Parts: sequence; structure tokens; C-alpha cells
Amino acid sequence: MSAVSKLLPTDAARPGQHTWLHSIVRWFFIAVSLTFLAAVLLAPLATVFAMAFAKGVEAYARAFADPDTAAAIRLTLITAAVVVPVNTVFGLAASWAIAKFEFRGKSVLVTLIDLPLAISPVISGMLFVLLFGLHGWFGVWLQEHDLSIIFALPGIMLATMFVTFPYVARELIPLMQQVGNDEEEAAITLGAGGWLTFFRVTLPKVRWGLVYGMVLCNARAMGEFGAVSVVSGHIRGLTNTMPLHIEILYNEYNFVAAFAVASLLTLLAVLTLGVKTLVERTGYRGH
Amino acid sequence: MSLRAPSVLPGFGLTFGFTTFFLSAMVLLPLAAMVLAAGSMHWSDFVHVVFSARALGSYKLSFGASFLAASINVVFGFIIAWTLVRYEFPGRKLIDALIDMPFALPTAVSGIALTTVFAQSGWIGRYLEPLGIKVAYTWLGVTLALTLISMPFAVRAVQPALLEVQRDLEDAAETLGAGRFYVFRRIILPTVLPALLTGFTLSFARAVGEYGSVIFIAGNLPMKTEITPLLIVIHLEQFDYQGAAALGLVMLVMSFTVLFAINLLQAWGRRRHLLGANS
Repeated sequence: MSAVSKLLPTDAARPGQHTWLHSIVRWFFIAVSLTFLAAVLLAPLATVFAMAFAKGVEAYARAFADPDTAAAIRLTLITAAVVVPVNTVFGLAASWAIAKFEFRGKSVLVTLIDLPLAISPVISGMLFVLLFGLHGWFGVWLQEHDLSIIFALPGIMLATMFVTFPYVARELIPLMQQVGNDEEEAAITLGAGGWLTFFRVTLPKVRWGLVYGMVLCNARAMGEFGAVSVVSGHIRGLTNTMPLHIEILYNEYNFVAAFAVASLLTLLAVLTLGVKTLVERTGYRGH
Repeated sequence: MSLRAPSVLPGFGLTFGFTTFFLSAMVLLPLAAMVLAAGSMHWSDFVHVVFSARALGSYKLSFGASFLAASINVVFGFIIAWTLVRYEFPGRKLIDALIDMPFALPTAVSGIALTTVFAQSGWIGRYLEPLGIKVAYTWLGVTLALTLISMPFAVRAVQPALLEVQRDLEDAAETLGAGRFYVFRRIILPTVLPALLTGFTLSFARAVGEYGSVIFIAGNLPMKTEITPLLIVIHLEQFDYQGAAALGLVMLVMSFTVLFAINLLQAWGRRRHLLGANS
């Protein structure tokens, strides 16, 4: 690779690289890119922290003393703690079935796994209201047995699970297909069991893709708004996740508290991108 | 051919069974519930909900603003991808990592932050106000929010395609006297055009369904700045499940039609490109 690239002309040696037109185009492109990103990306990000600390560090800290805020943070953490492992197990099972075997209808299965990505979050949430809501298919039965799914924790988890359903699977499927089955076949032929092969051969091969998928899944799970908003019922201190709590605080003009909670989620996003960049440094490229 | 090819590896039954079961329970069953709910409506009720003036207004905004946002993203996505792939400048790596921010950032956070920046007193809004440009609480704001949250799709679709443009072809063309715009039109554009279309499709699909970042900046006036997902939420809040399901179904059918049309266009383009190369 490096030997080849040395033979190729460097940018400076390319024809026409020194003309004034090139310099103008080059600086124009860089300027347009930076301006666009500054306006739509950096300004909003900076605003989150500027607004959160607008009335000082003390006001910022006080925002988290509110028990409703603490409850929202707890609910978000609990939801992610359930949703991410479940979708990880699903992702591992789906990628094993799809990448290791040839069977009819495989492409249909792959398309169906990606389906939640093409569905509006609001519609995703609505699907569970239609099933388990008061006037939904199982609404009467649930009421008779005094069970609540909608406007309660199970609904929030289901909606979040639906929205983040494909994340781990869509990272692992192409990766497992790419690394191939040779080592696994060797292990099985030499007498290793299925589980041993999975934990000692497959898992180490795909670990970075797995981390990558789980991190993305977690970010989406903690930040999901539309789907959760439909099923949550917005009960303060009970069914408000962090994004929903931000909405309530914002609509009450409690900007410091709204942006304080938002700043936590922004840090989570920065952390997610950090992990992503680190994983990519191992040579893994997201799919 | 049997249902699956033989393999020495174990675990097909377990993993395939779990995958299809979980997929059916989590995704297919709920989707069937929506189709059934909309299907159980009387035909005239369905038409009444789906073609009400308010619904039509919301489609116009949702699909129009998404189309606009996806188009903006194709242009800026190309410029940003080009800048990141072709030019070396300080902070390039950082910007490359930041592109994915809208994916990682919760939509509610994008929503309140954008609204604050573009409100009349905001950092950018205050300079647009004297020019008579109102962004927050107008369709412009809706388009802006949709542009932001779908921007990474366009950049990430174009970046790998730009890396594949054969630079020796460009060099050869320039050595033979081709102008920069001729090179762009004849060499670069044909290579990245499919990627641009993919970027447009992904941006559009994401933007049509977007809810969180839009409702803060939209103002949510019926007929004016009310997107279809919000109208669905309003129906649900009034316990009109069937009406909500009908709108959801219409939205899904419309977005899948657009995606399908773009896929056809792309397949047609590929065929034409191949034929052109052969002749």
C-alpha cells in the first residue's frame, strides 16, 4: 500500500493544483463547509451549555436537586439497561443466523430487521398504543387484569426497544459476513462445542463491531423522544424520561433546568462519538 | 434446493428461531395492528380523516420541507464531503467526527437548541430578524431542523464515493486540456451521482418521520406549521386510535412510494450508465 502511494504523484505535483482558480475553489469549499457546520451544529451545541450555565454553576447544580429530574434520569438509565442487552442478544442471534448460514428468504429477513429505521418514531410509539392502549386490541383484557403497559414503564421499554431494534444487528451482520466462517468451522471440526466456539472464536473477532452497535443503540435508547412521548403519558416523576422531562421544563420556561438536563444528554452524545472514533481507530469502520 | 444449505456450524435452529420470533413479536405484530386498525374503519371515515384540510396541510409541510431539506443536504453534503476527502486543513479530523453529532444527539436537545439559536433574540436569529427572515415558528424553521438531523446521511453517503473517484482519470483529463468544470461534469459527477441519490433518499426518509427536533421550532399552528407526526399525536391524545392509524398508514405508504421511486430511478441510471459505457 505505502509503496504504491509513493509512486503516485502527491497533490502538489498534480496538474493544475497551483492555479488561482484551484485555490479559490478550495478556500470557498472549506469556508462554506465550516460556515454551514458552525450554524447548524456548533452554535446549537454551544447554546446548550451557554443556557445551562446562564445563571451560574449553582443554578445549574440546583436543576439536578429537583426530585422529578432525578426520577427522569433514573428512568432513562433503567430503560437503557433493559433495552440495550435485549437488543444485543437479538443482534447476536440474528447475525449468527444470517451470516453463518445460507437459507431462503434471507434478504427479506434482513430488510425486515431494518424496517424500524424507516418508520417515524411517532408511528413506532403508536403501534404499541394500538396494541395495549385503553382502546387497543388488548386494552380491555389488560384493564381486567389490572395491568398497565401504556403510560407505564413496560410501554416505554417496548417503544424504545422497537426504535433501537436494528442497531446492533445491522453492525454485526455485515461484519460477520466479512470475517467469514473458516475459524468457526475449524473449531467445530476439532471438537469444540457451539457455545465455546461462539465465545472463544466468534466474539473476539467481532468485538469492536459489537461495541460500536451497542454504543449507538444506547445513545438512541437514552435520547429517544417521539416514540416514548406517545406511550409515556408524561406523568411527572413517574413516566418522564430525560428527553420528555426536557420538553416539560422547556415549555414551563424553566430554561436553565431544561438545558441542564440537555447538557447531560449532549455529553452522552459527545462520549458516544468519542467511543465511535476510538473503535474506528482499531481499523473497524461502521456499516 | 432445500430450505438451507448444509453447514457444519451449529445453532441455526436456535438463532433463526429466536430472530424470527423476536422480529415477529416486536415489529411485525405491531405493524399488523396498525393496518388492522386503519382497515377496520368505515371507508368514508378513512377518507374524512386522511383527506381533511388539516391532514393535507400537514402532508404538504412534512413532505415539502423534507424534500427541501434532503435537497439542501445533497448540495451541502457534497461540499462537506468534498472538503473532508480532498483538502487537508487544521481540524479536519475533528470535523469529520462531528458530522455524526446529529445521529448521537437526542432530537429533543437539537430541537430546543436550534429554537434558541434561531429565535428572534438568539445568536443567529437576531441578525436575520432585521432582514425580515423569521426562522423559528415558521416552515423555514421546520426545514432547518430537518436539514440538521438528516445532514450526516448525505455526507456519509457521498464520502466513500468521492474516495473512489479515479484521480488519475482527472489528471489525464486535465493534462489533455479539459477544464475543471468539464472534469467535474464528466468524471466526478457520474461517479458520485448514485451516492448523492442515496444520500437524498436516506435524508428524506429520516426527515419525513422526524418529530422531536421539529415540534419545538415549528410553532405547531394547524394548516401552517403542523407536521403529520404531530397530527398523529393529537389524534392519539384524543383517543382517536383509528384516525391516528389511518394517518400513520398514509404516511408510511407515501414515504415507501417515494423511496421506491428513487430506487427505480437509481436502477434506471445504473442501466443507462452501463449501456453508455458499452457503446
